Amino acid sequence: MFDTIGVKDFDELFETVPESCRYDKKMDLPEPKTEWSLNTYMSEIRSMMEVTPDHTVLIGAGRYQHHIPATIPNIMGRSEFLTAYTPYQPEMAQGTLQGLFEYQTLTARLLGVDVANASMYDGASGLAEALLMGLRIGRKKKRVAVSTAIHPHFREVVSTYFLPTDFEVVELPFLDDGSTDLSSLADEDDLAAVALQSPNFFGVVEDMDAAVTAIHNIGALCVACFSEPMSFGLFKSPGSCGADIVCGEGQSFGMPISFGGPGLGMFGCREKFVRSMPGRLVGETKDLDGKRGFVLTLSTREQHIRREKATSNICSNQGICTLTASMYMASLGGTGLRKMARLNYDKTEYLKKGLLEAGAKGCFSAQTFNEFVVEFSNDFSLVQKKLMEKGIVAGLNLGRFYPGFENRYLFCVTETVPKEVLDIVISEVKK
Amino acid sequence: MDEPLLWERGKKGRNGMSIPESDVPVSSINENLCGEGPDFPDLSEVEVVRHYTRLSQWNFGIDTGMYPLGSCTMKYNPKINEKHAGAVEITAAHPMLDDEYCQGTLRIIYELQNYLAEITGLDVVSVQPAAGAHGELAGMLIFEAYHRSKGKKRTKILMPDTAHGTNPASAALCGYKPIPIKSGDRGILNVEQIRELMDDETAGIMITNPNTLGLFEQNIREIAEIVHDKGGLVYGDGANMNAVMGIADMKKCGVDVLHLNLHKTFSTPHGGGGPGAGPVCVIEELAKFLPAPRVEFDGEMYRLESDRPESVGRMHCFHGNYGVLVRALCYILTMGAENLKKATQYAVLNASYIKVKLKGHLHLAYDRPCMHEVVFSDKKQLEFKVTTLDIAKRLMDTGYHPPTIYFPLVVPGAIMIEPTETESLEELDTFVEVVKEIVREAETTPELLRNAPQRFKVKRLDETQAARKPCLCG
Repeated sequence: MFDTIGVKDFDELFETVPESCRYDKKMDLPEPKTEWSLNTYMSEIRSMMEVTPDHTVLIGAGRYQHHIPATIPNIMGRSEFLTAYTPYQPEMAQGTLQGLFEYQTLTARLLGVDVANASMYDGASGLAEALLMGLRIGRKKKRVAVSTAIHPHFREVVSTYFLPTDFEVVELPFLDDGSTDLSSLADEDDLAAVALQSPNFFGVVEDMDAAVTAIHNIGALCVACFSEPMSFGLFKSPGSCGADIVCGEGQSFGMPISFGGPGLGMFGCREKFVRSMPGRLVGETKDLDGKRGFVLTLSTREQHIRREKATSNICSNQGICTLTASMYMASLGGTGLRKMARLNYDKTEYLKKGLLEAGAKGCFSAQTFNEFVVEFSNDFSLVQKKLMEKGIVAGLNLGRFYPGFENRYLFCVTETVPKEVLDIVISEVKK
Repeated sequence: MDEPLLWERGKKGRNGMSIPESDVPVSSINENLCGEGPDFPDLSEVEVVRHYTRLSQWNFGIDTGMYPLGSCTMKYNPKINEKHAGAVEITAAHPMLDDEYCQGTLRIIYELQNYLAEITGLDVVSVQPAAGAHGELAGMLIFEAYHRSKGKKRTKILMPDTAHGTNPASAALCGYKPIPIKSGDRGILNVEQIRELMDDETAGIMITNPNTLGLFEQNIREIAEIVHDKGGLVYGDGANMNAVMGIADMKKCGVDVLHLNLHKTFSTPHGGGGPGAGPVCVIEELAKFLPAPRVEFDGEMYRLESDRPESVGRMHCFHGNYGVLVRALCYILTMGAENLKKATQYAVLNASYIKVKLKGHLHLAYDRPCMHEVVFSDKKQLEFKVTTLDIAKRLMDTGYHPPTIYFPLVVPGAIMIEPTETESLEELDTFVEVVKEIVREAETTPELLRNAPQRFKVKRLDETQAARKPCLCG
């Protein structure tokens, strides 16, 4: 090959790299491992995990442990899906494209919106993009408001995205019942968008009908976010309540927690805002013979065409995670999602009631789903330690997220937790 | 065989996965908040499995065949990496656990941070950005934070015309106005032009190196000096890092901030568009601005750092696309320093070979020593009224994924070929023969190209119609 190219060795092949730019030593990396020595090494790393898959983790806070049917990793691991690039050549990527079109459709139905895109990186960055989209639609307006009952990490990501802009983010407090206090909105007239999460970080289901009315009354867009899409099997979808942009984390639908990623930024909006929406979109069209097919479309919104005038800089999406989510939605079906949501709800309520009876203090009286906050008068960390010895991770202390919440704990229960485990937690608290 | 859409299948009451029986009492609920639940189809397990299996058969992946998609580094993705990313100890790990309970998952981040620093030559790394463009955004936020810390906001940024579209879009998110720079007649940046345009209103420059013409920006050090002298920073788009591992030291090139695409250079699968990962690497002076939290090691414990007040903040709810990070670490561990460099050498060797072999057949945009990719165009075929698009579609019928087409924009009708290091000489030779045959067909039977592809589920699709009357939801 050197002869064909007309160079004598690799050095000559790289002659355009100036001497002064050269990597002049050997990279200091471990010696290459074989497949077998890699197995040993990674298994050592895994054994450092103090909390193992045998533990029951009663923490949600943005990532949720749900059963994943064996069909999903099996089919989604097919390399035709996994090792394909972005479907730039639609005729040889109809699998990915039809899968994305179905994902957009099921997601739009789930969220109650007209259109959903082919995904954002995660729920948190999706919220930041939704607020920027609200400002694009709101044109001259420079301010947005977010509820402090939104996941603290979501709000941190919003701050990051807004840091270099001259837009202002106003925070809305929450009421004693754990839902967002919208009373201050009445005095506002220049908010482009107001964001709420439901169920919110405390598990509280917001009254979205009332919220949308209050937000629309001041001429702002309602951005509804979420971290647990399972809730829409039971509670009204944000879009059906009139939310203008709906975004959130879709990890619950068939993806493992995997230390927080990859997950899935679900994102949808009302039809009239679609040209302001960030992210890829797949549309239906026809081929030369009039046969149905699917392509990436409306790319004039996107960076590779519009460059600095694009609706976002986003390029990669969460690809295989979108197909995973629609395979999960299809596997559960409408009937199954309702049943699964109810099961999650009943189990969580069981633990909540049990803990309250055992002496914990309820913090928020509003309706919750999958998660709830309780306060313990004595030092709960001792009980937590005891439960940890029994293989149960009991709740997340909220002190680091909300000052004054040092004795408050956020619990999460899903369909994966048997009643016996919940009984152990209740009886340990009772002692 | 066609496969209907999900909701054109199934029957109410069917179920495709088991749902546990309830072992707790039914609780009361506020009915005012309740809804009907979404209108999803109900399908059986076998219906779902057959649906997606059929869909997969209409796809083409790197496991199916050669995928010389320029700028995308479609190299083979080793299967062992999938196994480790999917290990149950990793997939079950909750990101809200206290550090002491998840030392293993933190260590993986820590090691990857260090190795990526070593490979790029830069000092400190954050693995949080979830994709290349997300890494660029992190980089631009760092630019902005740096200039703010110096007490002066800057308003412009220099942007070569060979830049990926994400570059100007990322800069715009941070309020920078991109100032376009034309590449010189040799396809690389001209030092004098940078000297003229760089001023103290300009935050710096975004350089892809090697650039999107597959050429190494030979003047990068001089350019960096000019930018630094005016108080600016140099951003390196590391999407093409596969061309220079162990060859170029980004710090010595004068780069201050660089993002990597783990789903390109570090061989994690693309998943039909994602998830990717776009770690951002910086020089020591800028470490305080990196996204937080990073993972630190105090000699005994791996910890999420808690206090870095000048950080641009959090970019992802947790640690980015963690599963992708595990795969990339496994790739680095199995390759080692020597093989990473070898991967780069073979990637450049393969691209150079294709350049020489196809040069007389397709128009070569810049006849200069190329790196990992080479850009041709349809200039010679236009006289037969055959376009780049026709050539690409015809290639599909022969069992190859087409190259990247119509990019970079500076070459009209661009055909950008990146074979990567994982294709053998035989595979390259076959590919070259196939392209030559298509070039012959362009003269003799051009309608064959214009009517391609023929061997797929659908023929050429009407993209104009799709955009004019969007149907985005079934």
